[in-house]
Amino acid sequence: MSDLAFVVRMAWREGRAAARRLLLLTVAVAAGVGALVAINSFTDNLRESVARQAQALLGADLAFQSRREFTPRVDSLIDSLGGREARTVAFGAMTYVARTSGARLAQATAVTGSFPFYGEIVTSPAGAWAELQRGRNTIVDPSLLAALGAEVGDSLTVGETAFAIIGTIVSVPGDVGIRSAFGPRIFLAGRYLDETNLLGFGARAEYEAYLQLPPGTDPQAVAEHYRPQLRPDRVRIRTVADDRERLDAALTRLGNFLGLVALVALLLGGLGVASAVHVFIRQKLDTVAVLRCLGATSGQVFAIYLLQAAVMGLLGSVVGAALGLVVQQALPALLSDLVPVDVVIRPSWRSVVMGIGTGLWVAIVFALLPLLGVRRVPPLAALRRDFEPVAGPREPARWMALALLAASVLVLAVAQAGDLVHGLAFSGSIAGAIALLALAAWLLIRLARRRLPAGVPYVWRQGLANLHRPANQTMMVVLAIGFGAFLLATLFLVQQNLLNELDVSSGSEERPNFVFFDVQPDQHAPLDTILDAAGVDRAPPVPIVPMRILSLRGQPVSVMLADTTDSDSAPRGWTLRREYRSTYRDSLTDSERLIEGSWWSGGSGSPVEISVEQELALDLGVEIGDEIVWDIQGVPLASRVRSIRTVDWARFEPNFFVVFAPGALERAPHSIVTLARIDDPALRGRLQRIVAERFPNVTSLDLTMLQAAIEQLVGRVSLAIRFMALFSLITGVLVLVGAIATSRYQRVREGALLKTLGATRSQVLRVVFAEYLALGLLAATAAVGLSAAAGWALARFMFEVPFAFPVEAIAGVIGLTSLLTVCVGVWGSVEVIRKTPLEVLRAEAT
Amino acid sequence: MLRCEQLTKTYVSGGRDLTVLKDITFHLEPGGFLAIIGPSGSGKTTLLGLLAGLDRPTAGKVLLDGTDLGALDEDDRARLRRDRVGFVFQSFQLVPTLTALENVQVPLELAGNGGRTGGASAIEQRAMGLLGRVGLAERAHHYPAQLSGGEQQRVALARAFSNRPRILFADEPTGNLDARTGHVIVELMGELNRDLGTTLVLVTHDPDLASRAGRTIRLADGAIVSDSRSGHPVPA
Repeated sequence: MSDLAFVVRMAWREGRAAARRLLLLTVAVAAGVGALVAINSFTDNLRESVARQAQALLGADLAFQSRREFTPRVDSLIDSLGGREARTVAFGAMTYVARTSGARLAQATAVTGSFPFYGEIVTSPAGAWAELQRGRNTIVDPSLLAALGAEVGDSLTVGETAFAIIGTIVSVPGDVGIRSAFGPRIFLAGRYLDETNLLGFGARAEYEAYLQLPPGTDPQAVAEHYRPQLRPDRVRIRTVADDRERLDAALTRLGNFLGLVALVALLLGGLGVASAVHVFIRQKLDTVAVLRCLGATSGQVFAIYLLQAAVMGLLGSVVGAALGLVVQQALPALLSDLVPVDVVIRPSWRSVVMGIGTGLWVAIVFALLPLLGVRRVPPLAALRRDFEPVAGPREPARWMALALLAASVLVLAVAQAGDLVHGLAFSGSIAGAIALLALAAWLLIRLARRRLPAGVPYVWRQGLANLHRPANQTMMVVLAIGFGAFLLATLFLVQQNLLNELDVSSGSEERPNFVFFDVQPDQHAPLDTILDAAGVDRAPPVPIVPMRILSLRGQPVSVMLADTTDSDSAPRGWTLRREYRSTYRDSLTDSERLIEGSWWSGGSGSPVEISVEQELALDLGVEIGDEIVWDIQGVPLASRVRSIRTVDWARFEPNFFVVFAPGALERAPHSIVTLARIDDPALRGRLQRIVAERFPNVTSLDLTMLQAAIEQLVGRVSLAIRFMALFSLITGVLVLVGAIATSRYQRVREGALLKTLGATRSQVLRVVFAEYLALGLLAATAAVGLSAAAGWALARFMFEVPFAFPVEAIAGVIGLTSLLTVCVGVWGSVEVIRKTPLEVLRAEAT
Repeated sequence: MLRCEQLTKTYVSGGRDLTVLKDITFHLEPGGFLAIIGPSGSGKTTLLGLLAGLDRPTAGKVLLDGTDLGALDEDDRARLRRDRVGFVFQSFQLVPTLTALENVQVPLELAGNGGRTGGASAIEQRAMGLLGRVGLAERAHHYPAQLSGGEQQRVALARAFSNRPRILFADEPTGNLDARTGHVIVELMGELNRDLGTTLVLVTHDPDLASRAGRTIRLADGAIVSDSRSGHPVPA
């Protein structure tokens, strides 16, 4: 019989009985592969959908975009391109329904022309979109109707004009579902925009011109041609290909990130594989020794068991892939609000094949290390049963297996992350977390080996001693449970800290929770009267002066924008194109900190002194003493940088890139922002209505609603991540169940022995309880410690918010994880309690 | 001290009843030394298990030190063992995660509820004394894996006597030992039996060990075929 035939035949014969024992290997791989296939298949669906819907996402071949009205030069250039044209103006507007007295801030879009050229805006009733242009009509988000208590047919006041609500929006191509949480949309016909009187001084709007080019014209070529010419006019050009590329990249990043979370589950499954194979091999020593006595080479024996592990790994991968396709069906419910395309769910066979391949490979590389011991079982072991099969530390094969394992993790991480740096960082973090958890487990085993003080009750000492019993699974369980808990706790910490920072409702700090924007100077006094009458506390009014940069260190911005050469020292484009909304005051606010230069005292001379925000100073390339000339409604104003400061942007407060010293801007055209603290929701609603009625141009923003919207967004994102992280915890529990199952025989014997020596069932149960409580507590505490470090680093460096450690919630995480471990442990030990002690004697008699 | 009446044990195996013990009746006085012998599969170990209350008989009853085991539930039987019974096994059965000293302490601690009431130092002193008695005082802090087979069995013996049992059950105590080490164990058991007045019941294949017993019961096919005292067989 040839070598291969012998190996295959033996693997099959042996495997019939082994399948049950290697079941842990199969399920450990299955959960991870399931998570991976689900998310990768879904990401493929997203990409396909983007490719299919790309043109509808833009609605045109080409779009021109500007933060201010197109100049006549740009207008004529757009006209000269031919084809069909449509325009939109998007802006925030207070809306008001007189019948119900409801008022709400909305995102308005005024449409001129037959937009969109591709795709369709679906309305209810159908066909309302075509009616939009026929009069003072509006189509609104259903959520606006709900908020205003209005219905189709009602009259909606926008600014100074009343529009008839003729329908609601069902879907708009390219829209992200969660967007409506930040402000419901309304559409109206462009020709009535002026009547609303909303785009007065200081109002912010986004102007877009959409083109359907004549047949034969390449939009990409047009964009490339005009981009440099339009840069000085601060006009951006978007094409279908641009949008598709950008969206593809963003969705791929999302998919890759969630895929990495899934990969963690698979790698934990790998630990489960190593554990299962380790125990399996220990049980197979007699067989291995007998096979060696009968003349099998060590290579043949190794191949037999490797083949078994591979087949079980393959089985797990196939089961996992099938599971993944089921889970994939659930993902749209979690993610559809966050993506701008309608996703068609179908299996991506590429992802299925890749998932099965990855699962099989993980099963093999993780099985290799424990399997190597098989090669060292001598035929003599058939006679001597106390042989312990471990690969020698200096064995080259062991190092090769370790290297292969590390390389595999690295390759998988880089492939899933989509780039080398992220892949390396991910593998490094995983290795670090595993190393720390392993260290914790090692310490626990060391601690358990030490003789505990005699005052500690016996059952506790015995339970702890069990943690270092021969062939114990302590390390594996701590790693598996700990890693799952670590992931979930870190997500929880980051989410909590992000939301803490945004919290305006907590009473302790009395932060403002209500803002009036765009208050004109002549409206300020009457608004104050209204607020005084309502007894509203408020901060001093903040003047806002819109301005653009005219020149920087003597060089005109138009020249700098036209310069297409890339230079590191040149200011970043956004810093020159944007409209700045600056203020003037004589002191710093709570959310600001000076890091360079000094603050002014008293008024300012000429040129006026300014303080620039740190990131802006960096992107603009300015230092203390540099001169910036501003264009304030056509009037130039020279300024000199006196200080650089940091700003905590996450606070819901009017924060500014540039603050001027008092004395120069007082007479410039400006609007006013008024911040107030209004705790009574009913009063907030009433004031919103009164102000919308009296001053239609004033936007009143209820920050508690904005906060709720952000919470909803953060909640959706973290729910998706948590869902994927859950697979890690599931794998962790499976490894725990497996660890209990594999040591079942040993624990039944120990339990029977203790009962023979006079232990009651309750004492045996308490021993089991102590063992798993120690395991769970240690895994959870180590995991929480790790997650505190990770959460702090993420909060501090990535999200730049202060870090707080929610002690009670984290104690809850430790408690739940320990409880889970104890429940699974005790549940798996029922047999230990149930079996009669005669077991021991009979097992010996046979 | 130990009385069994019409003891029968039947297992269900492969859908068929398999009677491994039939109608066993005998009585053993306090301080006696009984050896149960017989070929493999004759029911020796099952009988020992039933006498020690490790399982319930299908029929008949066992009275241990005046207590009817059939009237006790599993935990009560465990407490009875804890207080009055010692055990020695063929393969030693030490708890691998405890040191020699800790193994000897287990029955005392189970009884003393973790040494809280009995006084931890008193328990340790007694355990050390027993280890000294079996010649292993200097190996007290070694784990079972660090001890030879003979040493492990001596620890097991010290453990068996740690709770001053009224009766000691031993299942092939020399079965896994070489002749010399086995001899040491036999000597020790005899000594402890004499000095402490403990009743001994042991199952053995070892004729030398059986010959030291004051009484020998021979089993075959689950029934007593002979019951001899001081080497004089009495037909069953």
